[in-house]
Amino acid sequence: MSTSTIVRLPDQSTARIPRMNFLSRENGLLSWLLTSDHKRIAILYLISITFFFFVGGALAGLIRLELLTPQSDLMATDTYNKVFTMHGLIMIFFFLVPSVPATIGNFVLPMMVGAKDLALPKINLLSWYLYIVAGGLMLYTMAVGGVDTGWTFTTPLSTHYLNTHVISAGLAVFVAGFSSIFTGLNFIVTIHKMRCPGMTWFRLPLFVWAHYAASLLMVLGTPVLAITLVLVVLERTVHIGVFDPALGGDPLLFQHLFWFYSHPAVYIMILPGMGVISEVISTFSRKRVFGYTAVAFSSVAIAVFGFFVWAHHMFIMGISNYAALVFSLLTMLVAVPSAIKIFNWSFTLYKGSITFETPMLYAIGFLGLFTIGGMTGVFLGTAGTDIHLTETYFVVAHFHFVMVGGMLMAFLAGIHFWWPKITGRMYPEKISQLAAVVTFIGFNLTFFPQFILGMLGMPRRYASYPPEFQILNVFSTAGATVLGVGYLLPVLYLTWSLKYGKIAGNNPWQATGLEWQTQSPPLTENFTRIPIMDHEAYDYEWLENQQQKEVASA
Amino acid sequence: MTEAHEHQRHIVSPKVYLAVFLSLLCLTALTTAASFVELYVFNVVVALAIAVIKAALVVLFFMHVRYSNRLTKLTVASGIFMFCVLVGMTLTDYFTRAWGQW
Amino acid sequence: MPDSPAIASSGAATAVETAHAAAHPDYLRHHFESVEQQADTTNFAMWLFLLTEVMFFGGLFMAYLIMRNWYYPAFVEASHHLSIFWGTTNTAVLITSSFTMAMGVWCAETRRKKGLLLSLILTFCLGLVFLCIKGIEWHAEWVQHHVPGLHYSVESFVNPASDPEIYAEYHDRALSPAMALRTEMYFFLYFAMTGMHALHMIVGISILGFMILRARAGSYTNGHVTFVENVGLYWHFVDIIWIFLFPLLYLVSRHG
Repeated sequence: MSTSTIVRLPDQSTARIPRMNFLSRENGLLSWLLTSDHKRIAILYLISITFFFFVGGALAGLIRLELLTPQSDLMATDTYNKVFTMHGLIMIFFFLVPSVPATIGNFVLPMMVGAKDLALPKINLLSWYLYIVAGGLMLYTMAVGGVDTGWTFTTPLSTHYLNTHVISAGLAVFVAGFSSIFTGLNFIVTIHKMRCPGMTWFRLPLFVWAHYAASLLMVLGTPVLAITLVLVVLERTVHIGVFDPALGGDPLLFQHLFWFYSHPAVYIMILPGMGVISEVISTFSRKRVFGYTAVAFSSVAIAVFGFFVWAHHMFIMGISNYAALVFSLLTMLVAVPSAIKIFNWSFTLYKGSITFETPMLYAIGFLGLFTIGGMTGVFLGTAGTDIHLTETYFVVAHFHFVMVGGMLMAFLAGIHFWWPKITGRMYPEKISQLAAVVTFIGFNLTFFPQFILGMLGMPRRYASYPPEFQILNVFSTAGATVLGVGYLLPVLYLTWSLKYGKIAGNNPWQATGLEWQTQSPPLTENFTRIPIMDHEAYDYEWLENQQQKEVASA
Repeated sequence: MTEAHEHQRHIVSPKVYLAVFLSLLCLTALTTAASFVELYVFNVVVALAIAVIKAALVVLFFMHVRYSNRLTKLTVASGIFMFCVLVGMTLTDYFTRAWGQW
Repeated sequence: MPDSPAIASSGAATAVETAHAAAHPDYLRHHFESVEQQADTTNFAMWLFLLTEVMFFGGLFMAYLIMRNWYYPAFVEASHHLSIFWGTTNTAVLITSSFTMAMGVWCAETRRKKGLLLSLILTFCLGLVFLCIKGIEWHAEWVQHHVPGLHYSVESFVNPASDPEIYAEYHDRALSPAMALRTEMYFFLYFAMTGMHALHMIVGISILGFMILRARAGSYTNGHVTFVENVGLYWHFVDIIWIFLFPLLYLVSRHG
């Protein structure tokens, strides 16, 4: 820990943003709306998901504000139901699922494998348009009155009892699902077929491995959700169906089909984040990721095991005790590859030359929060404990630790890490470090009390609660305010940096990925010459030699 | 990128297509005929077995999987595998729901 | 095959592109290195798409499996009201269309323009014939009041003799009113599955229509057969779905 920074920026007085790059190549709205450049599509996605993140965040703010007092006084209870349902739907399908893959993944994955573009550029653009159509449908749903089934569309509540806009919400998720399928399909094909010469599977950055695993889940899981939602919509329209017990259907069949997608979906959300963490931790400790192969295979293992555990969401719903036993045991399996990752990242830090730039702060936050989130997942996967904890705030805290503490921290780590590559400019370091710390503190203040609330038995999805829970809820709401500031800061200073940030140069972090060995912002076709991969991933000595050679020849 | 180049496009001859086509028609006739015979539980077994054989013929010859690279074969296999996981793991619940309740 | 400068649009990458100019026909997209890579990639993408389709229909098959086991008598008697004649005919029609599609791919590979056109038109027409027969069957179900959710009637199941032809063939026993209601579940799944299948047929037929127009202009017989091959894969996949739907819906319950 002798060096305080690894940042190596060019001389600011002479440095210029390269005149030819993917941003400057064409101008005008149409050049964006009709682009097939993966980098531009990534930016389109970044803008859209940021928008939906703040819509979902505003809804979260309303939820926390309502829960400030024990009575339901800010809004009526059915409005509260709509608010938390819309919060869930928007955050899951319009932020978390596309967050890292569709933005950062879209931008850097082709460059990491040394390709000029994703394998199917037009399908990539189509995926963004589908996302926009789905987002429009979701906003329409919200404008005409929302939906209050919970994001899980639980039958027969969604098909029979409620008069809210289940159909348009269901269609929105259906369309968003196809957007996600096309992204995943594109990644798998790209990783298989578009790698540059010398880029063997075990030279791929771990970011790519993580995206490969997440893409498998998108391609194999999402269609089952799609057909399930089609059946729900049909059941609602013709009043005949396979899910409503009054009509002879089985609501558990819905749960099986729904969670067959929606459990793997949490790995769709977290795996790309884990990929970001691998890149960031390695770069800021100047070491190859410890146990590269183990981390690579643990991604695939999470994807595969992820398909065998879905019924742990159904322990109290009346599934067979024997099935619960099997699914509970299988759930423990997922803890193994997740732990492998955490341990290997920790060993990467061990004796590394660690520096604490913003991405690293977020990544370290991720390590702690994801570990807590993951471990509490084991409590919930244990059938016996789950019966006490399920449908309480313990579950809410658990998945927010994984999704917000894990994925959102990873997303922000990634955005800061690749910001210089995307825009060619640095974000302001001090204030962003502050934002990272504020986020971490705000997050813990918001969600840690919810573990205790859950243990004490406060149920989720109610607008009111017994007065003795108020003190912890006040902490939680206060934390949410801090968290909100933590999320607003990056929007402000990242926008500021677009014009006033320091020129970053090709490789400000001295990172080894192929995406860093080219200009920032990159050319439309990424590389002037198709690169040849002649070294292992995370080979910092190679980078060192490369730079010495450049100095010698200059 | 070896996998991209090891695969030479194989043109399947029309004779093979014709043979597959005729066998598919025969199997269709066979499965319909078999349904008119009382085989008890084996009616389902026979019908599905014939359907699997027909599907296999289409996949292997019409869809060229027999002549394709390992990646395509793996994709087909993973499709079948995931379908089995969906059905099989769900059935662990349906089969055992009544256990211990009589 | 003249090299089209419009395709090599990527400014700085032209250095790489010229190196491959010899093997650079105008259908090679700029981000691929070679025609083989492009063909392999799109072929693999099509297979992955079919993988998602397997899981999509998988949910329906799963629902059918569970519900048939729960309401076995209702499913048996309800399936007696389908026409095995039309079902078998339609299977034969679809298999034939798969054969003509496969021949179309072969014609494209061996650069036979007339053969390709003939195969595509035959496939197109057979697809339409399939849909027409499906329409005849759906119409019959409409007439018998077997369309779930609309004006469904359990008359044929609480009083089987009301349908003399089918009664003569199967001698179905009257179902209890509760069980008779579940026949609607069978018809719901029947319409959902055949409807979803027909939807895929319609998409396939539309693409075939587009291809016939392109093929007349000489596309696909210039060595660039990927598109024909991929549509072929899709068409065969839709065929396979029917190969499973046919026995499950029409045949397996003849002897309840």
